[in-house]
Amino acid sequence: MDSRNRHIVPKIDLKNGIEFGIYTLADHLPNPYTKERISAGQRIKDIIEMGRYAEQAGFDIFQVGESHQDYFVGQAHTVILSALAQATKTIKLSSGSTIISTSDPVRVFEDAATIDLISDGRMELVAGRASRVGLYDLLGYNLDDYEALFEEKFKLLLEINENEYVNWQGEYRAPLKNAHVIPRPDNEQKGLPIWRAVGGALASAYKAGQEGVPMYLAHLGGPAEAFKSRVDVYREAAVQAGHDVKNLPIATAGFLFAHENMIEAYKQYYPHINEGHMKTNGSGFPKAAFNEGKDRRSVLNVGDPKLIVEKILYQHELFNNSRYIGQLDFGGVPLDDVKRNIDIIGEKILPEVKKHTRTKEEE
Amino acid sequence: MKVAVISGSVVGSKTRKATTELAEKIKALGGHELEYIDLKEYDFPFSDGRNYLDYGGSTSEALKKIMDAEVIFIGTPIFQASIPGTLKNLFDLLPADGFRDKTVGLVVTAGSLRHYLVAEQQLKPILSYMKANIVQSYVYITDLDFSKEGIESDDILLRLDNLIDSTFNVASAQKKVIQEYSDSFGF
Repeated sequence: MDSRNRHIVPKIDLKNGIEFGIYTLADHLPNPYTKERISAGQRIKDIIEMGRYAEQAGFDIFQVGESHQDYFVGQAHTVILSALAQATKTIKLSSGSTIISTSDPVRVFEDAATIDLISDGRMELVAGRASRVGLYDLLGYNLDDYEALFEEKFKLLLEINENEYVNWQGEYRAPLKNAHVIPRPDNEQKGLPIWRAVGGALASAYKAGQEGVPMYLAHLGGPAEAFKSRVDVYREAAVQAGHDVKNLPIATAGFLFAHENMIEAYKQYYPHINEGHMKTNGSGFPKAAFNEGKDRRSVLNVGDPKLIVEKILYQHELFNNSRYIGQLDFGGVPLDDVKRNIDIIGEKILPEVKKHTRTKEEE
Repeated sequence: MKVAVISGSVVGSKTRKATTELAEKIKALGGHELEYIDLKEYDFPFSDGRNYLDYGGSTSEALKKIMDAEVIFIGTPIFQASIPGTLKNLFDLLPADGFRDKTVGLVVTAGSLRHYLVAEQQLKPILSYMKANIVQSYVYITDLDFSKEGIESDDILLRLDNLIDSTFNVASAQKKVIQEYSDSFGF
């Protein structure tokens, strides 16, 4: 940890190029082609298998998101991550993201630290705020506190992560008096890399920069350039607050679907995305917006391997991100299709992206 | 087609009378699935920006009926030279592009002719922003056109027929346009 950076950041060795990963929101949706939905148990097992398969294909990280609404099975996402810790050996694991606003940061840390111990130090956390808000009622929180809950609990999570004994007082949780929060990850800092998830809000990117925590930037559609403002705001805020930007990684996340035939990729993935959004968000993904993905400047990484490589490299050029993670299973994509995709990405996309994003010989 | 008819007020009866008349006429045509939503029968909360499915209960049910419709008729009174807050709140409860690919026809009830351009200048911009395909001519009805039971002006009744006709006409043309556009993507 750089002396100017208080928080724990992930170790990403850019000599091998940027890290390349997969994330799932653990959605549990019918396959639009058959209209059938696999059982919740099968979906969870498929997610674990997806992580195992991604590991053997050379991916760096696998992430599972938390959701508490219909059509999702990732409510207990850390439990799924724990099973993944056992099923895999080398791939990094992370939440993506953990809704810190409606959880007790002590419990979140305990769970994540335990997974870190099971996985021999492969665990990370991404803290987010949820785009859907049903979980506030479900878990007993007031939606009026949406912003304040996140900011307070995120701060506490960082505090716990950086101190084995915690003294703390806040508005939304009983105070901690010299509380011993264990188990601790078995590393020098006795903590985990913790990221802040940032969606569309510039203010959130600004806060991430001010805090000097690594930023996870979600981008589902639109031109990559439109997301650059978040990256710029993040880095400017970090500099202003006196953090060392060089050591503050940015990760980006969005749709990823590859097929040898460009049109086939669009044809196959669109019904999953559109009908999945219809069910989970109440409105579909406009076809014209999805079609924009064919342009290299769009963040939607769908197409043939050549186009996707071009796009990820273009995005890297704009964002200087240290990690990219793709979502390739949304909307009831059958496991076989997920695996076929992982194969193509592992063989044709990941190696190219890594080759072209390696940092030159460091001193 | 899937149709929603909305009576956009919790006050008075004229907008309800006009939209009920309209709904009866659509029913008489046959061949459509119709949902009649009278805002007076709902107790919508003020929009707080959450996804419309997250309000739960009858609010989310009503909003879902609107989101599922292909054709929407909106009836509104004019209060204080504008649409009622109730109707604006309904728009606020829906997603920003909630009327994408939907065709919308309008019926306005008002106390005087002075408010004729209110729908033009205040309602249509909202619908445009929400990506509605708006039927340009609307039916404007004043007090004098109503009897105790309902609309008694032949002129208005014929205009309503005309609005229904042109709204479905525009909607089916729009459907073909969308299909052609969609096919052009090759997937």
